[in-house]
Order: sequence, then C-alpha cells, then structure tokens
Amino acid sequence: MQGFIAIYRKEIGHYFVSPIAYVVVGLFLMLCAFFFDSYIVSAMQYSIQMQLQGLPTFDVPSQVMSGFFGVVSLFVLFFLPMLTMGVYAEERKRGTMELLMTSPITEVQIVLGKFLASLTLLAIMLLPTASYVAYMNLHSEPVPPWRILFAGYAGVLLLGAALLSLGSFISSLTENQLISAVLTFAAFLMVWVIDIGRNAQGTAGSVLQYLSVIHHYDDFTLGIIDTSSLIYYGSFIFLFLFLTVRSVDSMRWRRA
Amino acid sequence: MIEVADLTKSYGSMTAVDHVSFTVNKGEILGFLGPNGAGKTTTMRILTGYIPATSGTARVAGFDVANDSMQVRRHIGYLPEAPPIYPDMTVGTYLDFVARIKNVPAEKRGERVTDALHKVNITDKRDELIKRLSRGYKQRVGLAQALVHDPDVIILDEPTVGLDPKQIIEVRHLIKGLAGNHTIILSTHILPEVSMTCDRVVIINKGKIAAVDTPQNLTSQLKGGQKIRVEVKAPEQPVQELLSQIPGASRVLIEAVHADGHLTATVEAAQGNDIRSQIAAKIVEKGWPLYELRGVSLSLEDIFLELTTDDAAHAEPAN
Repeated sequence: MQGFIAIYRKEIGHYFVSPIAYVVVGLFLMLCAFFFDSYIVSAMQYSIQMQLQGLPTFDVPSQVMSGFFGVVSLFVLFFLPMLTMGVYAEERKRGTMELLMTSPITEVQIVLGKFLASLTLLAIMLLPTASYVAYMNLHSEPVPPWRILFAGYAGVLLLGAALLSLGSFISSLTENQLISAVLTFAAFLMVWVIDIGRNAQGTAGSVLQYLSVIHHYDDFTLGIIDTSSLIYYGSFIFLFLFLTVRSVDSMRWRRA
Repeated sequence: MIEVADLTKSYGSMTAVDHVSFTVNKGEILGFLGPNGAGKTTTMRILTGYIPATSGTARVAGFDVANDSMQVRRHIGYLPEAPPIYPDMTVGTYLDFVARIKNVPAEKRGERVTDALHKVNITDKRDELIKRLSRGYKQRVGLAQALVHDPDVIILDEPTVGLDPKQIIEVRHLIKGLAGNHTIILSTHILPEVSMTCDRVVIINKGKIAAVDTPQNLTSQLKGGQKIRVEVKAPEQPVQELLSQIPGASRVLIEAVHADGHLTATVEAAQGNDIRSQIAAKIVEKGWPLYELRGVSLSLEDIFLELTTDDAAHAEPAN
C-alpha cells in the first residue's frame, strides 16, 4: 500500500512540474468553454426561433448537455495520448524503471499507482467544466434532471479511464515517447470507429457496435447508465491494466 | 551475506554470465573487475532481482533472489550505471520518494533522508532540482538513493564512471567508509579503484570468473615467478653472462643500454627464490657500480591483461 501511494504521489507531482499537464489541461479547458458557449448560444437562438414561429419548444439544457458531452469525448480522444505517452516510456529511457523494479514494490502497485494518477489528472481536468454545466442547470427553468449531468461525467470518466489504460499499455511497449503518442492516438481511433459497420446487419454488426468505446458512451450522455456499458468499460480497463502489468514484468526478460 | 552458485544468464545463443560462483562476507567490499561487456552488469542485475537468471542460484542476506525477491529487494541498495534519478524532482523529494518505495516507515523517513544526504555530503543541495546539478552531484544523489533505506547490501555499478579525479577520490573514500556496516559489491574496469577500495576482487571476463583473490595476493602471486630489475654501470656482454650464471635465475634480459654506460636488465627467477642478495654480491665482486636493484611485482594491470587478453585473442568477435 505504501508503495502504491508513493508511486501515485510521484506521478501526480510529475504531472504538475512538467509543462505537458499545464498545456493539455489549459487547452482542453479553453476549447471546452468555447464549445459550451457556442452550444448554448445556438440552442437558445434556435429555441427562440421555434417559439416565434409558434412551434413547440424543445429541451434546451439537455440538448446543450448531450452536444457538450459529445465534444468533450472528442477532446479526450485528442488529449489523452499526451498524458499517457511518457508514463512508462520516459521511465524506461531514464533508467528509473530499474529503480522501481528493484524496489520492494510489485508491478501491480506500479501500474495501479500510475493509472490512478492519470485518472486523477483527467478528473482535475474535467472538474472546471462541471461548473459551467451546473451553472446552466441551476438557471434553467424547469431544472433538468441532475441525473444527466452525473451520468455524463460518469461516462467521460469511464471513457477516459478506458483510453488511459490502453494508452499506458502502449507506453509500456516502447522507450520512445513520440512513437508511444502516435500509436496511442491510432489505437484510440480504432476503438472509436470500430463500429463503422454500425449499420451492418446481423451478429457482426452488433458485436462491432458493442466493442466501440463511443457507442457505450452515447448512452451516458443521454442520462442512461446501462449495466452492459459498465461491464464493457470495466472489462476494457481490467484487460489493459492486466496487459500493462504483464508488459512491465516482461521488461525483465528483454535484453537491454 | 551474498552467495552466488553456478549463476548463468543466456540471451538466446549468447551467454552473458557463465556458471559464476562466489561469496561475499558480511562487511566486505568486493570488487567486480572486468572489461566492458564481461557480464558485470548482468550479474549485478540478477543479484538485485531486476532480471532472472537462466540457471544457478544467488542468495542475498539469506534470501533467494528468485523465490524471495521482495525480501532481497528490501535488503539491497542499488546504483545502476546511470543514476536512476528524476530530473524534475528536488534532491529531498526524490530521496523521500525512494525511501517510501523502499518501505522506510514514515516516522524514520525524514531522519534517513537527512542521514543519506549527510553521508554523500550534499546536505546543501537538498532543495535543488536534480536537473540543475552537475554530473558528480547527480552521481552522489544516486549513491544517496542506494543508502537511504540503510540496506545490508549495497551494489554499485561503476560508481566512479564520468567523475573528475577529485570526485573519484571522494566517492572511493565514501565507499570505504560504508564498509563494515554494509556489504558492498562494486563493479569497475578501472584497476587502481579495486586495489584502493576492495577487500577482495573477482576478475570476470567473457562471462566467466578468471580469478578471485585479495588485491595483494593477486599482485604478489606472480604467474611466471618474480622479476628483479638491475641497473649497473658495466659492459653488456659480461653482465649478461654473470647474471645468467647465478643459480635460480631463469632468464636475463638486457632492457636498455644508456649513453652514460649504465644498463638496465631484468632477471626472472622462480617463485619463492629470492636471488637479490646473490646478484648484489656478484656485481660487487666484479667491482661494477650498482645503481639500482629491486624486485618488480606484477601490477594488477599485468594480471588483468594476462587473464583477460589470453581469452580475447581467440574468442569470436562480440555479436
């Protein structure tokens, strides 16, 4: 436990002394704020137009929220490779992996400590955006169900956690941060668009659809927490954390 | 404290460490001497539990490195060839982190960090970022890292590489000071380092142990007997004849004839047969002025070269 906490603290500290975290978090927040603002403005204009034409109005807050969560998921796809690229690659390059692996801590402690630290950074990154959504909710009339907001954030965190586990696995395979980032981005795109055949009929189509990270995310943005999605993300994260542990362990057998 | 028996590590068809056996007693400093690529680092990595051996056993502080790896790691401080440092941390935070992952209890951590800083003499750099330190200071931080949990066994892979002569002397003093309380293995390819710091030497070459002994014994055990250097003012031919007649002298070699009539010769004699007094007596008898007469012991360099180049000559080129 002590080892796990030490790794976790070190990783968090590392994020905040390196410029990467500030650049990633800063750009992410700027883009989120910009898109949130434009979603609200356009949804409101659209709703006023509908009202003026005497057409039935629609639910502006939930429209804004699902649009917003959609764009947040896209930013997560773009920014997370930069958070995970160095997780193991940098340690290997510096030779500090040798220190960790000759210390009385297990590979599981190393992997979990690093994973939870990156997840914490993602949460820190998302937290300010929750304030805009909460502000909109408080000032809406009638107040839309808070469930959508919570489900949406649960969805981003699960999606992010899944991508972080995949990204750190890829980082453990190479010593080169750039290769790690590029491969991670490619892998993210793969699990994103794997449901390209979502319109395909039959078993193949539904299997591909089930495998896509974004398909499960869509439910969350509508305020639906589906057990099958929880199981999907849970198994995804478990699988890649397990593979990372194996990959870290296999460094002992590689010749270097 | 450390028992290594028949340790072998192969990578495919290449054998990096080949049936190596040695022991290190408590409080001893063992030098691991060999040319680059001899298998020093591999052996050390097996001892620290970083890589598994292909066959053979190694026990550190009574624990098997393969089966009780966690216990072994608790008792070992390890400085790899490049100090495993995080450039963005301060020296203090870094040592605190290492103390944490080495399971130092919270109440002792501060004291241990201060102690380690004091031992390597960098107390004033505690709040400095590691990346701003010079090479020598980084190496000391690496050493402090290996000491911070007060381990029984300290393994140092080329601890003086890349340091300037003054720093090298300091690090050697530091290592000598650690002996007694700690058992130390250090690897090097620098010979004087071994004779200055180590109690015993393991000479390793091509993955095999070429010799294990104290530096003094290695130096005094002259492989081809002893050598005596003579400087005398006399003509070459008579000197050659005279020296050859001395019983026990196996070979006489006139090394140089100087312009002022002095000549230097080397006389080789069998082990344990001190013929210096006889040489002196014969020369004085002839009435030649004798300028120098001394036994030359083979230096560690000679032994090292003798033990290692012999193999290298007919070994296949590396990789």
